Parts: sequence; C-alpha cells; structure tokens
Amino acid sequence: MAATSATNFSIRSPTSFGSQVGLNSQSKTFGVRLNSKNCLKRFSGLNLAASFSCNLGLSFLGKEGIATLRESCVPKAQKQSHGSEYRLQPPESYKVAILGASGGIGQPLSLLVKMSPLVSALHLYDIANVKGVAADLSHCNTPSQVLDFTGASELADCLVGVDVVVIPAGVPRKPGMSRDDLFNINAGIVKNLVEAVADKCPDAFIHIISNPVNSTVPIAAEVLKQKGVYDPKKLFGVTTLDVVRANTFVAEKKNLRLIDVDVPVVGGHAGITILPILSKTKPSVCLTDEEAHELTVRIQNAGTEVVEAKAGAGSATLSMAYAAARFVESSLRALDGDSDVYECAFIQSELTELPFFASRIKLGKRGVEAVISSDLHGLTEYEQKALEALKPELQASIEKGIAFAQKPTVAAA
Amino acid sequence: MQPNGDANQRIATISAHLNPRSLQMEESSGLQQVNCRAKGGSSGFRVAILGAAGGIGQPLAMLMKMNPLVSALHLYDVVNSPGVTADISHMDTGAVVRGFLGQNQLENALTGMDLVIIPAGVPRKPGMTRDDLFNINAGIVKTLCEGVAKCCPKAIVNLISNPVNSTVPIAAEVFKKAGTYDPKRLLGVTMLDVVRANTFVAEVLGTDPREVDVPVVGGHAGVTILPLLSQVKPPCSFTREETDYLTTRIQNGGTEVVEAYAAVRFADACLRGLRGDGGVVQCAFVASQVTELPFFASKVRLGRTGIEDIHPLGPLNEYERIGLDKAKKELASSIEKGVSFIKK
Repeated sequence: MAATSATNFSIRSPTSFGSQVGLNSQSKTFGVRLNSKNCLKRFSGLNLAASFSCNLGLSFLGKEGIATLRESCVPKAQKQSHGSEYRLQPPESYKVAILGASGGIGQPLSLLVKMSPLVSALHLYDIANVKGVAADLSHCNTPSQVLDFTGASELADCLVGVDVVVIPAGVPRKPGMSRDDLFNINAGIVKNLVEAVADKCPDAFIHIISNPVNSTVPIAAEVLKQKGVYDPKKLFGVTTLDVVRANTFVAEKKNLRLIDVDVPVVGGHAGITILPILSKTKPSVCLTDEEAHELTVRIQNAGTEVVEAKAGAGSATLSMAYAAARFVESSLRALDGDSDVYECAFIQSELTELPFFASRIKLGKRGVEAVISSDLHGLTEYEQKALEALKPELQASIEKGIAFAQKPTVAAA
Repeated sequence: MQPNGDANQRIATISAHLNPRSLQMEESSGLQQVNCRAKGGSSGFRVAILGAAGGIGQPLAMLMKMNPLVSALHLYDVVNSPGVTADISHMDTGAVVRGFLGQNQLENALTGMDLVIIPAGVPRKPGMTRDDLFNINAGIVKTLCEGVAKCCPKAIVNLISNPVNSTVPIAAEVFKKAGTYDPKRLLGVTMLDVVRANTFVAEVLGTDPREVDVPVVGGHAGVTILPLLSQVKPPCSFTREETDYLTTRIQNGGTEVVEAYAAVRFADACLRGLRGDGGVVQCAFVASQVTELPFFASKVRLGRTGIEDIHPLGPLNEYERIGLDKAKKELASSIEKGVSFIKK
C-alpha cells in the first residue's frame, strides 16, 4: 500500500519544489541538511538581506542546508543515484516529551515542537486534558508522531526512550506574586516528575521551565543524585526567554535588526538574579549608564510586565513557548552532532562560587560541552555590581530548593 | 564564538516549516523585498488578527510573529489582547506588535493593513455543529467586516470564523453594501481540511505527510468537505473502504491549535502571493464559478491582487461525483443562510 513514490521524498532536489504546487512542501530538504556541515563556512558571512531570503522557507535547513541546496541543483533522477546518502526518514530524529502539555505554555510549545523536522515522536503528558491537545496536534501534517499520556500511572510510559524532556508543568504567577510564591506547589510537581525521569530516561536532556527555576533546578539535581543518575551536563533551567527579551528590548532601543542581536544573560531566572551583560551584546552597542540601567531593569521585570498585562489571565505563555522551543531545537541540533550550538541556560556551574549559575554554554551530544567563562570577564562596573548583588538572592533560592529536596518525604501529596 | 544569529536561524527552522518556497524564487528574492512595498517603508506586510486572544488567535499570533514576511502585527480582541500583546512583544523576531482592545479600537487596528485574519468567534463544543455557532459568529463577522470595509478595503481577508460556509457569504454581503467588495480578496480558510487530509492520507499510505498533497474542495463543514482522493499527489489509489474512512475522518475533525497552524500556513501563502511569488496555490473557499453555487472551495492561485486564478475541479471519480452533489446541496443552504442574515 505504501506508494512507491515514497522513496522520492528523500530526494531533496530543488526542481521538485518548482514542479510541486508548493502546497505543503515544507521542510522537504531535511535529508540533505545534515550531510554538509562543511558547507557552513561558505555562508557564515550571511548579511541580513541574504538571511531574509534564507529565512523564507530554506532557513529551516540552517546555513549549511542552504549551501547544500544550492550546490545540489541536480535533477531528481540524478539524485536517486545518491539514494544511500539520503534516507527515507530524517537520518536522526528524536523523541521529545513535554510534561505539562495542556497548560498555557505546554500547548503552544507542543505545537512548535510538533513542527520541528528533528522530532520523530512527541510525547505529551499532563494530569488532564492532554488527549484533546494530542488529537488536535496529531492533525498537523508533520512527520512526528504524537502520543498522549494522562496522570501519574502513565507517566513512566511517556518517558521511555525519550531524548529530551521539557517540563513546563506547574502554576503560573498572578499579579503581585513573585516567582518564589509558586515555590510550594511547583517544587512538589517538579520533584515527582524528575523522579520518573530518573527512573525511565536518565540519559535524557532535562529542560526545566517550571518556576522558580532558581530553585526547581537544584531540586531536580538533588532528586537525580538521590537516584544515582545525576548528570550535571544534561540538566538545564530554561532561561532562553530572558535572552529573547534582552535581544528584543536592545534592538528596539538601538534600532537594530533583531536577527543580528544577541545579548548574553547570566545569573538566574528571577528579578535581579537576571543579569543581561549588555556590554557584550553582539553587535556591540553604545549605551549610556542610564540606558544600561533602564534596559537591565526592563529585562529583569519583563515577566512581571506580562503578568500585569494579562491581569490574572496568566503569565508569559507564547513567548515562553517560543523561547523554550528554540532551546529544544538547539538541544536536538546538538544531539545531532551540530558543533556550533550556543545557548544560555541555568546549570550546575563552576563559573562562580554558587553551585548553579546561568551562562552561555556550548551544547553537544552529551549536553553541556563548555561554559563560556569569558562572558564574566571585563564586565562594566554596573554589571560587576549587579553580579555581586544577585549572588545572595540566587544562593538563597538554590538552598531553598536543595533543602526541599532533601526533606525526608512524607506521604505523597 | 558564534553570535546567536544561529539561534535565530533555528527558530526560523520551526517557523520556516510554514514557508515552503520554490528554489527559483530564492535567487530573485532580494528584489521581491523591494517590490512588496510600493510606498517604501519597512519591507514586510502589515497583518491584523481579529480575535487574537482566543484559542486559535493566540497560537496564530505567536506563529505570525515568527514569520519574516510580517513587519507589523496588530492584535485585536474584545478581551485580553493587552496581555497577549505584551507576551508576544517579547519575542525577538522582526514584526512589531501592537495590541487593540475593544470595539472602539477596531478601526485603529485595521487602518493600513495588508492582510486581515479573522479567527474571532465562539468555538464548537462537543455535540455542537458549526451552524449552532451561526448566530453569534454571524454578528461578530458582520461587525468586523464593516470595520475592514471602512479602514482597509483593499486588504486580503482570511476568514476562519465558523461556519465558514456562511460567514464568507456574510462578509461578501457586508462588503457589497459598503461598495468595497472584491471577490479576489475574500477567502474562507479551508487549509485545515487540507492539512488533515494530507496527514490522514499519509498515515494510510505510510509516507511522510509533507510529501502528500490532497485537493479538498466544496466547503468547510461536514459533508461539504470533499477531499478529491483521486487527485492525490503522489498518485495512488484507494480501496472503497479506505476512501470512506479517509473521507469521513477528514470531514469530522475539530481542533484549535492545529487550526492556528493551518491558518498561518495559509496566511503565509497569501503574503507570498502579495509579494509577487509565482506558483502559490492553495485551496480556499471563495466566490467562484467552478460550480453553479456562488461560493465554492477549490484550488486558487494567489498573487498580488489576491486570487489570480481559480483552478477547475479536474476529473472526479464516481464516489467524488456523488460526494459533490451532497456537498452542493448542503453548501447551497449554508450560503443562503449567510446571505439572508445580512439582507434581512
């Protein structure tokens, strides 16, 4: 029954684009992309105009994919002889589990991950409503398979064989709340979920979104240690949203093109523990002290900005989903062998005297491959002061998390 | 150390999944940027989403914010749009987002728009048919289209609000009354049916759903949805059981998040058409002479003036001919219902 033409879709010839009516020719060239990392160099100098066109449809290939596609302008028939290079399925694709998939972040995050060509299976877990979300998403015509799992009894099945586990589960802030106010509920949720991860997929990358990240990541670490499976290179608190916000606000302020802007954000993921290193923005920007302060404060309070704007209807969900999806995508690329993946994340770290610290890292197949310590050298006076100011608060949050996790467990809530 | 233009590329990976492009367009895309803005100003289109805080509207807004063809994104709703706007405005992609709350801001939301996407309205609950929504959504669509007629009569309108079979004729009547009706610029979004059809057919065939293309014609409700399985690419044939199974499944979905996904793909196609890309063909529910009905969904070619070309139905097999008759009957009455809602 499988159409014999099924073999054709591994052939990513550009002529097939033209002859197709363009109806649903999304990420067709996936198979090509991974075979030409050496082509990356040709396009490393992409300027914006080129990247605008690159963004439109071929950028999902990444820079190397575009090079490959341009190089490989051969007719379909010829391509077929190279069939062995191009496989029927994406050569590597990964299983991603989202724990908390029916929530405000979980749903749009699931949508974005469903759209990723690097995902072969998407496991959605929640305590309620996840069947609907899965049914919904399963209609997207992208290759990943969606499976749903409801309730504690199905959690284990959700996690078997998973490469990346994303945990947005938990309650969001309401106006007037700090992230710490969520601690009691979310700490328990994260503990339970990570216990299952430790049992079922201890080698997975673990992305913690549930707030307060400054505490829930240490909690996760303790749980994994207690189970004897802790790998500090694979446990991440997702702080990508702070980077995204920093990029947006700096670009706005300085009238820069967003595609170029990159601000490293270090420290933690709450209030003053969020430290954007504006002096290391790429491209470099000139900021007065006042501007730097204004931007820093805005970035630190951006989450609260959204909570207030939503007036009780929730916290940042869409931008968080976008940022989290970006981090998932980066992790998958790293797992896939891409040697050029850098993100900021909150991880166990020796960069400072604190046990956990967010900084820019290089991601690889085994998780954190390198920590970019140079971000903390040559800080401005303002940044140096802010760094010292954040440490006590961050330390306290970390300790709160560790203490919670080390408490002897009472009857499960 | 690489700047995270890389990370931006990675998020473009996800969003570009929605932007299939033909390679030959790539070479001249630098020029097309210039073409798309006759009056100068930032390259990119101005898109409004009416109903941006709803179940479809929110993910739709997120995905449109990620689309590099969009320079300005206006999010309008009667509640909660400030929160959604604040949220989305933090995403580090180029489109500038503005929020508009309440009917007295509708006109501000619409002025100067190139594309207006309308998911506004109440969603179906299990057990409801699309027509049950009719009265509420008909009124909403009428109001919103009056705004469009006044503030951006030349915009392309993508109508998602159900029942599409009736709301599109309603929109047409509103525009006619205002003297701004351009049948080439009013499209009922049936993309979801196509997306589903592609997914289910791929499942049955065991192939990659991105490689499957199923034309879906008729309307956007129950039996008015007519997948032309005999015209599937890649060509394949189905047993009677498979045809029944597939047709029924395609006709009976009901979702939100994937609706946003489909709507964004369709909106993106409209923008690429506006930009001057060639070969942009999608199914949509439009004013049509393909059948004797005044509106009908079929493949249309999109371009700078909206719909440039409506494809004929092509050859139908026996099963499809019977399906077409059934579809037309129901479609006729839904269209009539819409038209008379305005005319009363």
